[in-house]
Amino acid sequence: MDAGPFVVDGIRTQKLHPWPVRIMHWINAAAIIVMIGSGLGIYNDSVIIQGLHFPEYLVLGSWMAKNLQWHLAAMWVFMLNGLAYLIYGIATGRFRNKLFPITAGEIWETIRETMRLKLSHEDVTMYNAVQKTLYIVVIVAAVAQVVSGFAIWKPMQLSWLTDALGGFQIARIIHLTGMAIIAGFLLVHVALALLVPRTLWAMLSGGPKITTRTVEAAR
Amino acid sequence: MRSPFRPDRVPDPAILDDHRPALRALERRGFLRGGLSLGALTMLTGCDVSDSSSIGQALKAVNVLNDRVQEVLFSSTKLAPEYPESRVLKPPRFNAYYEIEDVKPLDRATWRLELAGLIQDKRPWTVEQIATLPEREMTIRHICVEGWDYIGQWSGVPLRTFLERVGADLTAKYVVFKTGDDYPSSIDMPTALHPQTLLATKYAKEILPDPFGFPLRLRTSTKLGFKNPKWITAIEVTNTWVPGYWEKLGFNWFSGL
Repeated sequence: MDAGPFVVDGIRTQKLHPWPVRIMHWINAAAIIVMIGSGLGIYNDSVIIQGLHFPEYLVLGSWMAKNLQWHLAAMWVFMLNGLAYLIYGIATGRFRNKLFPITAGEIWETIRETMRLKLSHEDVTMYNAVQKTLYIVVIVAAVAQVVSGFAIWKPMQLSWLTDALGGFQIARIIHLTGMAIIAGFLLVHVALALLVPRTLWAMLSGGPKITTRTVEAAR
Repeated sequence: MRSPFRPDRVPDPAILDDHRPALRALERRGFLRGGLSLGALTMLTGCDVSDSSSIGQALKAVNVLNDRVQEVLFSSTKLAPEYPESRVLKPPRFNAYYEIEDVKPLDRATWRLELAGLIQDKRPWTVEQIATLPEREMTIRHICVEGWDYIGQWSGVPLRTFLERVGADLTAKYVVFKTGDDYPSSIDMPTALHPQTLLATKYAKEILPDPFGFPLRLRTSTKLGFKNPKWITAIEVTNTWVPGYWEKLGFNWFSGL
């Protein structure tokens, strides 16, 4: 290929969080809060763990009919936005650049540093191994929520799916567990973003310009 | 015979003309209220927004959209899984908008199933006549909108067979039910014609006990529990959509499984 002297092939300079990432992030933030808030109300109507009721102030919607309306409306936003995010992350190589590779030694090292309260966030453009792991876990949990959600919503039309998960009640337990994982992630994620406000600002403004090698560079 | 679905006294249409200015004023008020509901957005954290707000309207619109999505997802040939008889719950779990003590049993001798709408032969049916119809048995999972479930064994005439027998218009959109416990309900025609949609008269091979809908109830494998009215007293085939008891309160109408 005859590249001119000023064209750097395979190198791309862009913001840390390009605008599609930021838009999808905040749509997802709103959708997930609605999904959890309304889901807790639906759970309360027929509890899975005896004695575990979620307090009313966490619930979105005044009663079951409203909980369901919120849940079955926001699910489309959550699902379509999540799908767009997955396609974007794979197509642009963002997942590969940001989340891989992770080594066990790296995870251990980060945990030890974190235990000594050495939160090294000097460089917000790089995720440490624990961050990478958590992001992968929460993405997998979100996909599991959509799958188990369909198994609960359509246990007859999609009976193969419900059966594959172990049945209707098991699907509900998976759905509750997925919610707990996402809610746990949310607490850590928001706490750390507040501790290191630069990361929060980066998700609003796009953050510093970074240079990444694109797929073409490997040719 | 007069349709049991129509009010006894139909209002005079001229009333509309008499009150046109008042109606217009109402609409204007609604518009103002809609504008105010922008402010209600800020109260989202308070967790409930009244139905008249734009958010309430948007949620209702998606609720209707979900009906359409479910009509597309519905398969008229796919059967729900059936289960071994050993798993049948006896007696079944009771559920209604009131407690089991408040069930008002229907009298076998005076009970009639009335027919209305797009049906050729509207002669009412007695318990004995229903019993002569061909029967199908199914052992299926009952799933409640609340999240609980159980396996139940139901038998009765397939609704499709019954509708064909009375000459119903099978191209109509809806089948509407009236019940002894004032629990109106309606389903789409494709669901009505599904092989696992029965007018059930028996549970676990025994005549339906009073609390579970004697002498006739709907049992479909393709919808949530609340879409199965008990103590049916009238059936209407129609192209007019009529929401049921829970749908009027905001639950999803199609509620397919």
